[in-house]
Amino acid sequence: MAERYLRQTPLAHLEIEARARVAVEAAGVRMGEAGFRAQIALRGDASSETFVDAVKEVFGVDLPLKPNTASTPGGARYLLWLGPDEWLAIVPDGTEEETIAAFETRMEGEHFGVTDVSGSRTVITLCGDRARDVLMKGTSLDLHPKAFGPGQCAQASMARCHMLLHQISDELGYEIYVHRSFADYLWRWLEDAAREYGVAVVSSP
Amino acid sequence: MLLIECPYCGPRDEYEFSYGGEAHIVRPKHPEKLSDEEWADYLFLRTNPKGAYRERWCHAHGCRRWFNVERDTLSHQIIAVYEMGAEPPRAARKGGSKP
Repeated sequence: MAERYLRQTPLAHLEIEARARVAVEAAGVRMGEAGFRAQIALRGDASSETFVDAVKEVFGVDLPLKPNTASTPGGARYLLWLGPDEWLAIVPDGTEEETIAAFETRMEGEHFGVTDVSGSRTVITLCGDRARDVLMKGTSLDLHPKAFGPGQCAQASMARCHMLLHQISDELGYEIYVHRSFADYLWRWLEDAAREYGVAVVSSP
Repeated sequence: MLLIECPYCGPRDEYEFSYGGEAHIVRPKHPEKLSDEEWADYLFLRTNPKGAYRERWCHAHGCRRWFNVERDTLSHQIIAVYEMGAEPPRAARKGGSKP
């Protein structure tokens, strides 16, 4: 692993923290970067009891089996559904190695895959009254509250690049997981798209 | 644009998918025994029907899974969507069908 004190988020060069505002009431959209999100790519057989139990034990949450859903957003550890045998696990920053080791021990001899992919994506947070309008400009995904609500996630294209979209809640808005080499492009695209609604750059937790 | 129902993610825009050509083409068990014509037929020749056509699609911008689609080449109506390795849900309709 890289030296932790030297690491930078993919959007560090945009100086988001320096541009962050505190008074943001007038802004229709608030954007930030939640960097250093520890992510683990998880693959396994959802019909295997051993696998489901191991996930519950190591990550502390149920494996989301319903397509396009996440398990318990807001908790320290949760899982996002990516495919019928594929999930993205979010764990507290710095615990990814011990989590992977624990999972490998628990799944000894079984058929599964667990990989640290923390460096592959960064997270752009988007919230505010008009956040959904901004997203709708760049994706064909149906974001109507009847079709996509809190606790749901989906992989789709946003402004021609791949994203994993996760709606946390109505207040906290959306998180967009984007591959790091696309992060600069997507941030600038979203900030431009959000300009007409009034956009405030905020520092993310 | 087509609205394709990914068997895993649900209905998505055609833009998210990539096309994989005709489905259910089986690789010959003993290619070395084939004549050049038979091998060329396997490699290059595809049916081009006016009507129901079974083809492969990949949800490239989504779950990245391959699956089969039965589509009417005349009306673009999607007749069926089914997983890789599965039998088509029903026999292909003959000729161009109207939605």
